[in-house]
Amino acid sequence: MAKITFITQDNETTVLEANSGSVMELAVQNNIAGIDGDCGGVCSCATCHVYVDPQHTDKTGQASEIEQDMLELDDDANEFSRLCCQLEVSEALDGVVLRVAR
Amino acid sequence: MKKSMLSDPFEKARENIGYGNMDDQGDPVTMLLRLKDVRKTAHNWKTFQSGATPGRIVVPSEVNIRDVRQIPFEVDPPEHTDYRKLVEPWFKRPLEKEYQAKLTQQINDIIDEVLQLDSVEVVEEFSLKLQSRALTLLLNVPYEEAKTWIDWGTHVFRSEGVALDGDKANILYDYIDEQIERADKAPSDDLYSVLLAAEVNGKKMTKEEVKGVMILTFAGGRDTVINAVTNSIAYFAEHPESLQRLKDEPEITGNAVEEFIRYFSPLTHMGRVVTEDTQVCEHAAKANSRVSLCWASANRDPKTFENPNDIVLDRKINPHVGFGFSHHNCLGATHARQILNILISTLANKVQSIDIVECQENVETLGEFKRKVGYDSIRVQFHPR
Repeated sequence: MAKITFITQDNETTVLEANSGSVMELAVQNNIAGIDGDCGGVCSCATCHVYVDPQHTDKTGQASEIEQDMLELDDDANEFSRLCCQLEVSEALDGVVLRVAR
Repeated sequence: MKKSMLSDPFEKARENIGYGNMDDQGDPVTMLLRLKDVRKTAHNWKTFQSGATPGRIVVPSEVNIRDVRQIPFEVDPPEHTDYRKLVEPWFKRPLEKEYQAKLTQQINDIIDEVLQLDSVEVVEEFSLKLQSRALTLLLNVPYEEAKTWIDWGTHVFRSEGVALDGDKANILYDYIDEQIERADKAPSDDLYSVLLAAEVNGKKMTKEEVKGVMILTFAGGRDTVINAVTNSIAYFAEHPESLQRLKDEPEITGNAVEEFIRYFSPLTHMGRVVTEDTQVCEHAAKANSRVSLCWASANRDPKTFENPNDIVLDRKINPHVGFGFSHHNCLGATHARQILNILISTLANKVQSIDIVECQENVETLGEFKRKVGYDSIRVQFHPR
């Protein structure tokens, strides 16, 4: 079981627990504002953009080249940006804090 | 070659030089063919603008048949941002359960209708009807309104052999004017009324601006949805095993929708006007010339997509640009995705197989390239489960 914290643009904090699926799916199922996941998780729409807490980047690892290519052209992206459809829920993510970009 | 196949006419040019050229009514277009170039150019609105003369970023150009600016489509940031923010919540309504329930009912009904018939001409008798009925939900107008739009036929902007027809376009523009007047006199909860009551960039929306949004909504979602739906039917006709797989594994339906959008690329490309002398793909692009972002070619770029010419129903990573890219990405995408999602699951549950009786391909000529985008007509037989 991994505990995942979302902080929205309105500074609303939601802590969720999950075993499987993607972080985007978890956020959409729980109506986290700013995570739309329009494309269903195939890395096409960039509507699941989050900033990983700088202390937690070891939990999430690096974005793939395809994901980086998407983020590179997002005006709001920074070095902590991830598309959370590309984050699989696992023990490794336990405790991660994600700030929603939109 | 299978009848449902859409080949990739851009392969050699994309690989060798990265662009192609086409003339368009004396206003030539440099077509960008590689995914990375297409994305970068779509993102760079300062050098590659949408807010040019109305109609000029469309290929074929609509400069001679349209003066009204489509909104937010033909506006650049920063003005674009407020328009987009205004309309976006409305165009996300397809995510609501009630909207989806109504759309499911519509699609169930039309599939039940065609299952009763000996044979069906898909473009006119299925896709156009489905698209028009679904549009009543997007506009939040009475279902009966769809009949008017179906009666216009598929070629509301086109006549046989002529890419653009001003008289036919006027049918739509006059209709929208009437509807705006109606909504102005007796406001309701439809899109016209909501827009008329809205403020943007600190000012009340004018009728001209409302018309701009409505033309975009009608025009952007007509041929594109019709092509996507028709191509889906043709594909399932030749791939009954895919229909079966989607029945057995409904969880991959979302992936299949994205893959159809990538493979079919219902809109081949979209233009931009160059604002300063620059380079695209090591090719000089002069100020006031046109480039286009060729979504159809970018979506077959083998640098990103493995087996780009195959439909892989459960493709996991699929960063396609079938709905465009960056701030001008398709406003109707949420609606379109719901249509395809519900269409695929309903077909998988109700239809055993589909036979193609005869078909006439719709092939676009784009300078040196010829691209099949769908069908002018395709007659099929649906067989129930």
